[in-house]
This record gives sequence, C-alpha cells and structure tokens, in this order.
Amino acid sequence: METTAFQKIYTKITQITKATCSLKATGIGYEEIATVNGRLAQVVKIQGDDVTLQIFSGTEGIPTNAEVIFMGKAPSLKVGEELAGRFFNAYGYPIDGGPAVEGKEVEIGGPSVNPVRRKQPSDIIPTGIAGIDLNNTLVTGQKIPFFADPDQPFNQVMAEVALRAKADKIILGGMGLSNDDYLFFKNVFDNAGALDRIISFINTTEDPPVERLLVPDMALTTAEYFAHEKNEKVLVLLTDMTLYADALSIVSNRMDQIPSKDSMPGSLYSDLAKIYEKAVQFPEGGSITIIAVTTLSGGDITHAIPDNTGYITEGQLFLRRDTDIGKVIIDPFRSLSRLKQLVIGKQTREDHPQVMNAAIRIFADAANAKTKLENGFDLNDYDERTLKFAKGYSNDLLAIDVNVDIDAMLDTGWRLFGENFEKAELGIKDELVKKYWPKK
Amino acid sequence: MATKGKVVGIIANLVIVEADGPVSQNEICFIKMPGVDLMAEVIKIIGKKAYTQVFESTRGLKVGTDAEFMSHMLEVTLGPGILSRNYDGLQNDLDKMKGVFLKRGDYTAPLNDDAEWEFTQIAKVGDKVEAGSWLGEVLEGWMPHKIMVPFKFEGNFTVKSIVANGTYKTKDVVAVVTDESGKDHEVTMMQKWPVKVPIKAYNNKPRPFKIMETGVRTMDTLNPLAEGGTGFIPGPFGAGKTVLQHAVSQQAEADMIIVTACGERANEVVEIFTEFPELVDPRTGRKLMERTTIICNTSNMPVAAREASVYTGMTIAEYYRAMGLKVLLLADSTSRWAQALREMSNRMEELPGPDAFPMDLPAIISNFYARAGFVYLNQMKADGKEAESGSITFLGTVSPAGGNLKEPVTESTKKAARCFYALNQDRADSKRYPAIDPIDSYSKYLEYPEIQEYLKKTIAEDWVSNVTLVKDYLLKGKEASEQINILGDDGVPIDYHLKYWKAEVIDFVFLQQDAFDDIDKSTSLERQKFMLAQVLAVYNTDFKFDSFEEVNPYFKSIINTFKQMNYSEYESEKFNGYLKEIETKINERKAV
Ligand SMILES: Nc1ncnc2c1ncn2[C@@H]1O[C@H](COP(=O)(O)OP(=O)(O)O)[C@@H](O)[C@H]1O
Ligand SMILES: [Mg+2]
Repeated sequence: METTAFQKIYTKITQITKATCSLKATGIGYEEIATVNGRLAQVVKIQGDDVTLQIFSGTEGIPTNAEVIFMGKAPSLKVGEELAGRFFNAYGYPIDGGPAVEGKEVEIGGPSVNPVRRKQPSDIIPTGIAGIDLNNTLVTGQKIPFFADPDQPFNQVMAEVALRAKADKIILGGMGLSNDDYLFFKNVFDNAGALDRIISFINTTEDPPVERLLVPDMALTTAEYFAHEKNEKVLVLLTDMTLYADALSIVSNRMDQIPSKDSMPGSLYSDLAKIYEKAVQFPEGGSITIIAVTTLSGGDITHAIPDNTGYITEGQLFLRRDTDIGKVIIDPFRSLSRLKQLVIGKQTREDHPQVMNAAIRIFADAANAKTKLENGFDLNDYDERTLKFAKGYSNDLLAIDVNVDIDAMLDTGWRLFGENFEKAELGIKDELVKKYWPKK
Repeated sequence: MATKGKVVGIIANLVIVEADGPVSQNEICFIKMPGVDLMAEVIKIIGKKAYTQVFESTRGLKVGTDAEFMSHMLEVTLGPGILSRNYDGLQNDLDKMKGVFLKRGDYTAPLNDDAEWEFTQIAKVGDKVEAGSWLGEVLEGWMPHKIMVPFKFEGNFTVKSIVANGTYKTKDVVAVVTDESGKDHEVTMMQKWPVKVPIKAYNNKPRPFKIMETGVRTMDTLNPLAEGGTGFIPGPFGAGKTVLQHAVSQQAEADMIIVTACGERANEVVEIFTEFPELVDPRTGRKLMERTTIICNTSNMPVAAREASVYTGMTIAEYYRAMGLKVLLLADSTSRWAQALREMSNRMEELPGPDAFPMDLPAIISNFYARAGFVYLNQMKADGKEAESGSITFLGTVSPAGGNLKEPVTESTKKAARCFYALNQDRADSKRYPAIDPIDSYSKYLEYPEIQEYLKKTIAEDWVSNVTLVKDYLLKGKEASEQINILGDDGVPIDYHLKYWKAEVIDFVFLQQDAFDDIDKSTSLERQKFMLAQVLAVYNTDFKFDSFEEVNPYFKSIINTFKQMNYSEYESEKFNGYLKEIETKINERKAV
C-alpha cells in the first residue's frame, strides 16, 4: 500500500501480544486500518492515546520500532464489473496475476438493509438434488449452511448446487481452504465455462488464519454491489465457516476476553449474524443467497459454532453417510429449509408438502424399527415395510447423486408409498391420495 | 446546563466518556461525530468516567469527540399512531427512513405530529383525575385510543378545561389539569416514558383468572396461557419457536398484538410485514396488521438496541393496557437480549456468572416478566361502580445453547414465567408439530382455582379433570412404548400396544397441528372441546384384538380419518362424514 505525504508515521510500539500491538497515537478512528511494517492491521481498542491494533497476519517478528502508518479509513474494496472472473486474497489483492481492479471504493462490513425495504424471498432454486428440492427447498435470498464432517464431500455438493442455481454471479469466499480444494473449485467452474461469472476471495491453509476474518465481508460487499446496484442474482459460497469462527476465537483469546461456551467469544452469535443476514431479496429483483459450510466434529451439532449458526441461518443441510446404501445422503431429520413453505405446494405441485412429510415420518418409523432390530427384537409387518421403504427412499431420493426435477421426485415418493403401504397408513389428505396414488 | 463530555475510550460499542458534570445511571447521551449523532446509554459510572453502550456502529469514532448528556433515560413516545407501525428497537419508524440500507444516526419520529385525530371527551371539567385517567379518546384505526393524564404526573389533579369534541393534532393541548398546589399542567395527546421503569398507573393486579385463547390445541387445552399471564417457549433451533409464536400472533384472542423481533432473522419479520396486511382476523374481519405493532431489532441490527427492543415493546404494551385493552406481547428471542447483556458485561470486564452471563441475569428477567399481568385500572366504568381492566399477556421464546435446558437463560426464565412450552427435538425431527413436549410442559394456571372455575364455567364441568386424564394417558402411552422397546412387540401383553396406540391417537389428532394448513392452523375452543371428546371416546373404548399385529394398522387408519377431519371445515358435510366413518370403525372392533 502506498503512503501519502500527510500520513504520520509512528515508530514506537509500547506493547506486543500474539495478535495485537499497541502504541501512543492521536486522531485515530475506531476500526481504522493501518500497516505495521507493511502488514495490514485494524484498530480494535482505543483508550486515551493508547491505540491497540490487531495485525491480521500475526505479530511474529514485529519489532518495537516497527513503522506504523494509519490509513484513515476502515477496510475497503474497490467494486465494479471488472471483479467478475477474478481471484483475490483476503485483503482483496489479486492473486491471479491480473491487474488491480479500478472502481468505486466501498467500506466492507457496511450497514444492514432496513427490514422494511426487503422483499419476502419467493423464487425457488431447483438443484436436482431431491434431499434439497423435495425436503429442504432453497429459495433466493436464503442463507443456509451444509453441516458436515470434514471427510464429507461438501465442497463437491456445493459446487454442483452453485452451477445448477442459475445465478448471475457466484462469489466464493474460501477460508482455510486447502490448496487442492481451491484448485478443485477453479477446475469445476472452468470446465462448466462459468469462470467469468465467478469472483473468489481465497484464504488458504497456507495463509495466516486471522486474515480469514476479512473474507466474508469482502465476498458480501462484492455481492451487495452486484445484487443492489446491478439487480443481479448473486450466490455466495462460504467455506468453511467453522475455520472462520476458530479465527474469531484465536483473536478474542489473544485479547484476553472471557470465553463463553466451547472457548468461543460471547459475541459469536452477533458476529455470525452480521455475515449471514447479508442474504437478502431486494424488491428490484437482485438477491444475495448464501450457501455456507460449517464442518462438525464427530457430527456434534451442539457445539457452539454449528449451534449459533443454526440459530441464525434459514435451515441447514446435514450430510451423512447412509451405511445401508453406501452413499452420502442429505439427512431428512436434521436438515431443514425454513423458507421452503414459501414455495412448496405453491410454485411446486400441490402434493409436495404432504408427500414430503409423510415420507419423513415413515423414515422416522424405519429408524425406530432399526433400533428394535439392533436390540434383538422381531420386527412386525409394518416395521419390515418401513425398512423397505427407507432403503428405496434413501437411494432414490436422499442420495446426493440424484438429479431429477421436482415432479419426478414426487412421483418417486408416491411409487415408494404404493409399493409398501396402504393408503390409510399415510395420513395424507384424501383428495391428494385419490389424484396421485400410483395405478397398479 | 446540560452535562457535556468527551470520548476517552472505545472498545467496540462500549464508549467511555469523561463528563464535566453530573451524570445518572441509564441516562441517554449523544456522541457527536462529524455529521452524525450516535445515541448511547450510560451503563456504569466510575468517577468522571461514564461507560456508555452505543446503539450504533462506532466505526471511525475518535477519542476527543464531544458528547452531550440528555438528562433523561431511554424513553418511548406514547400517543395515537403507534398501532400498525413498524419500529426498530429504539422506536424509530422504519418506514420513514430513507434508502435501502440503515444509516447510523438516522432517528425518525415514532408519531406523526401532523396527524389529525377525532377527539371525543370522556372526562368533564371538575373531574378528579390522576396519572392514567382517561380524559378523552380518539379513533386509532378502529381502536378507541384513550388520551390519558400522563403517567409522569404524580398526585391528584382536577380537570380545569378540556377541548370540545373535534379534530386535533398529536401535540395540541387537549386538556389542562390543576394539581393540589393549584398549579396548572397542559396535556397533549403525546407523552414520554422511560422504558426500563414499569408503568404503575393502575389500582391492583389480581391473579389471572381467564384463559387467553390461541387456537393452538396443545396450548389451549393441555396447558393454557392465562390472560395477563406469562409463558415461554424454549427449544433448540428449528424446533418451531417462531412458527408457534407467529401462529399465536395470528390467532390469539387479543385486542392488540405487539411482536418484538429481538435479535432474530430479518426475513421472519418480513414475513409479518408481507402477510399481516393481507391476513384477516376471523374474529373481527379486520386485517391482522390493524391490531399489530412490530418492534424489530434483527440480529444484524445494533446489539445494544436489542435489549432496548424488549423494553420498548413492554412499555408500549403497558400504555395500551392502561386504555383497558387486552394486549399480547411476544418476544422472539429473549436469549438474544440476554446475550446482548453478556457482550456488554464482558466488554466492561465484569465478574461473569454462569456461562459468562452477568450475575444479575435472573433478576433482570424476573423483573421484566413481572411487568405483565391483568390489572384493574383506577379508571371507573361509565356506571361508576366497577373499575375498567386491561391486561398484558407475555409469551417469550428462549434459545438455549446446544438445546440444553440447563443453561442460565432457560433456568432464570423458568423461575419467572408460569407456562413452560418445551419444544422437543425428537418431535420436531419426526415432524410432530408443534413440537411442544406434552409431558414436560406445564401451565401453572391450570392449578389456579380461579382458572379451574373459569374453565368449568365456560367450557364444561368435567373439562379440567378430562385434561388431567389426557395427560395421564399420554404418560401411560410413553411408558408403554418404553416397555415395548425393552421387551419387544410380543414380549408385552396386547394391552400395552393399545395404551401406546391410543396415546398416539391423542398425539396425532389433537396435539399435532399443521401451522400451514388453512383450516388446521387454528382451532376454536368449541372445536377443541368436540375433538377432545372424540379422542377420549376412542381411548375409553374397549377394543378386541387377537394379536398385536392387528393393532398398528387399525389405529393408523383411525388416525388417518381423524386427520381428514382436522383438514375439514368444522361441522361441514365432509367433517361429519369422517366422523361417521370413525364411528363405524370403532364399532367394528368394539369388544362386546
Ligand atoms: N406447527 C408447524 N407446522 C409445520 N411445520 C412447522 C411447524 N413448526 C415448525 N415447523 C417447521 O420447522 C421450521 C422451523 O421452525 P421455527 O419456528 O423457525 O424454528 P425455531 O424458531 O425454533 O428455530 C419451520 O420453518 C417449519 O418448516
Ligand atoms: Mg426462531
């Protein structure tokens, strides 16, 4: 970053911790950025003339006489059409060898949309994956994460969903992304001929972890530009938000804040909400949809990160390996799309809500039957049928390799009902049963 | 002279101001950034240093910035024009704000000074009045909105003059009252009140003695909420807290609903903005928005204003209660307010209590819940014999970390609220909505003799005993199911299967309710009474089965027909047809 003549240079650091340094300075604005021997830093605390800076790449090797230059502004990004097709690091500097982007400079992490200026989301995003479209239908303007153990193919599913979503722009925010995964995304988008619609802000495992904290704001500021000013449908992919939260805890820990549950800062909810709530449907047609990844540890969703996430997002897609069919499925119990009721049965076929619920109820019965079996009991006839149903349901609908349209998913549902049950066992409205029950 | 000060420290939204004069706890101050004033509240004072929580982002704020103390606490503005409005947590009118994005320091007036109201006298010259006495009324939409002696007026007054019936603006003087020392005070249609201080302008607060109908069967029948009562809904994410509160907000039998969206999703408020102006209140035929006010501080709005939002909601509720109205206040989620307190407490480096929440959290929560209640006002009815009455019923949600109910917010709320609607993850997973656990949940009001009397009188003599029976049956069903799971289907007598399936009938037909079905979503008390009788009739039938294998399909088919009934208009031809079908099915299996 270049310095200009009037900028005052400080060279007397009074205190250095693992993540921060402090110095005496005046006229400094809160959240202002600075460089400390060239490393980007941000003001996190001012007391009198004591200013504390958080250095994103860490304080290793910072001397007490480091050169500190204040920039007089909050972190910002230059936005414009030229962003399309480009790859940047967490600071918004190009990493693809291309030139710096010229455009309007905007502060990242800007204000929220006035709730009365939002439109209720109502456009369905079909993905072809029945575990999503049938049970957890997505809508533009929604925010939803995948909950998955680290060994699950969440980035693959996410890339697939992104390409099928027919978005005008796809913005990838990579946090602690392995280099291989980064190249994977690049390849998939390239092969699909979609690179010119993609904008990426990438922090890889090789970069300092605290730098990740800038990635979501960079990605979402870009998204706001295209969605609000250009009325485009923007899809933002954030992976992996667990690593983002880990970076938050590193910072708060180094600043000696009192941790709350699971060593996370007490402000975790607000910190995550500020990101996810950027998802929005504007009345003019532009929208920001956020699909994120929250990796779990051993499937534990009560950990503070997935827990706070679930309280903020509009549902979650829970990936799980179903050993009965040997495939990864979208678990219908723990998954949820809170916006599905805005579209199912309205933009999709009238039987959608009831077919969805009936199938999940039977799947729950099947789970009970399985427990019974494991406890060494005989199964009754109904139990047997639920197990048969569950297998078909898992394989033909829940598995992530399914790719059909929603009517076909519903027809498959009815076929499985018809193969295994009597009409009266379903609790579905008579009118619908009459209309859709498969003819023998 | 107003106290002034200068900013000396900034840690996120905690800003320390050195004051040049007296400052009081909870006083409002404005921090004068170039071009924008940021509103803040004093939350701690040490020597000359006032610790303030700023209700906005402090980005760019510098040490040395001027501040001005306002010598009043956080206040709301009360007067006609609150109804149907969309406010933020500090009572700024969101619709009046320009632009798509919220701008910090954009404070908009809660009322319209230019609005004209048709004033009708209630009090006469010479009447003895006190704070909260009704001087006149204006029509706010359909609602007779009382113009009262301001709550801040202490002591007794005499009406000296009152304007003639006619059209007046919000700030016009409509009456002059004289205090005991002979001093005159002007009264307009507008007054202010500090949100953290309860409005006590009423005569007495009896125990609640009526129930508040919500249309949700598992609430009204099994664990009713009392009018003027309190309840809370704890549950893990996705268990159905918000859907349940929205259902209650649409169907509850109240004059006015105040929905406080506290630190939750913006889209959930947008749903209300979008749907309430269209949805019709079946009781009055008016649009739902005509009885609703929304206070909204969503999770991405400034954290400090989250706490303010619940108090703003409560104070507005108290204002309307003083007009003799039945107010229902909803807050989703009170945990977010507690978390906001925690964030500040941590920033101030206070000694933390459990889970890093402030030590006084239980006291804060119980003081808040204590502001609800049914009250007899000082205002007498026109006949001069009976007192007018009003009520605030409060229903909050709690979002326990990790879904674990043994956490400070849930535990503190449990001590304060009288109804407990525990949402159960397993029920939600298997789509048994609403996921209120019928066994763990309770309503203390069911034990109140006043409420029992009321239920006996208004519903049926044996109502309370039937409800107790239903709860027993559900418990027995659960026990039977556990036994079956331990011993196996054929390891238990058929009777266990019957107990289990009869309880399932109660669950599927009565407890479960589809919030998204036009008919099923709301059930009148009359229909609840009818349906309860039907499921109890099934329960009390002696069935004959030769093997346990026959039990499951039989009850599945009974449940299926009952469900069709739930989806049909009450007492319609279809409804009665299904009823007949059930009778036939019962007779087929009856033991003789
Ligand atoms: N009574 C109900 N009927 C049908 N679906 C429901 C019901 N309650 C909840 N749901 C489903 O569960 C989802 C989550 O409910 P919500 O109230 O938003 O949960 P919470 O507020 O507890 O996180 C809803 O989007 C809806 O799909
Ligand atoms: Mg909710």
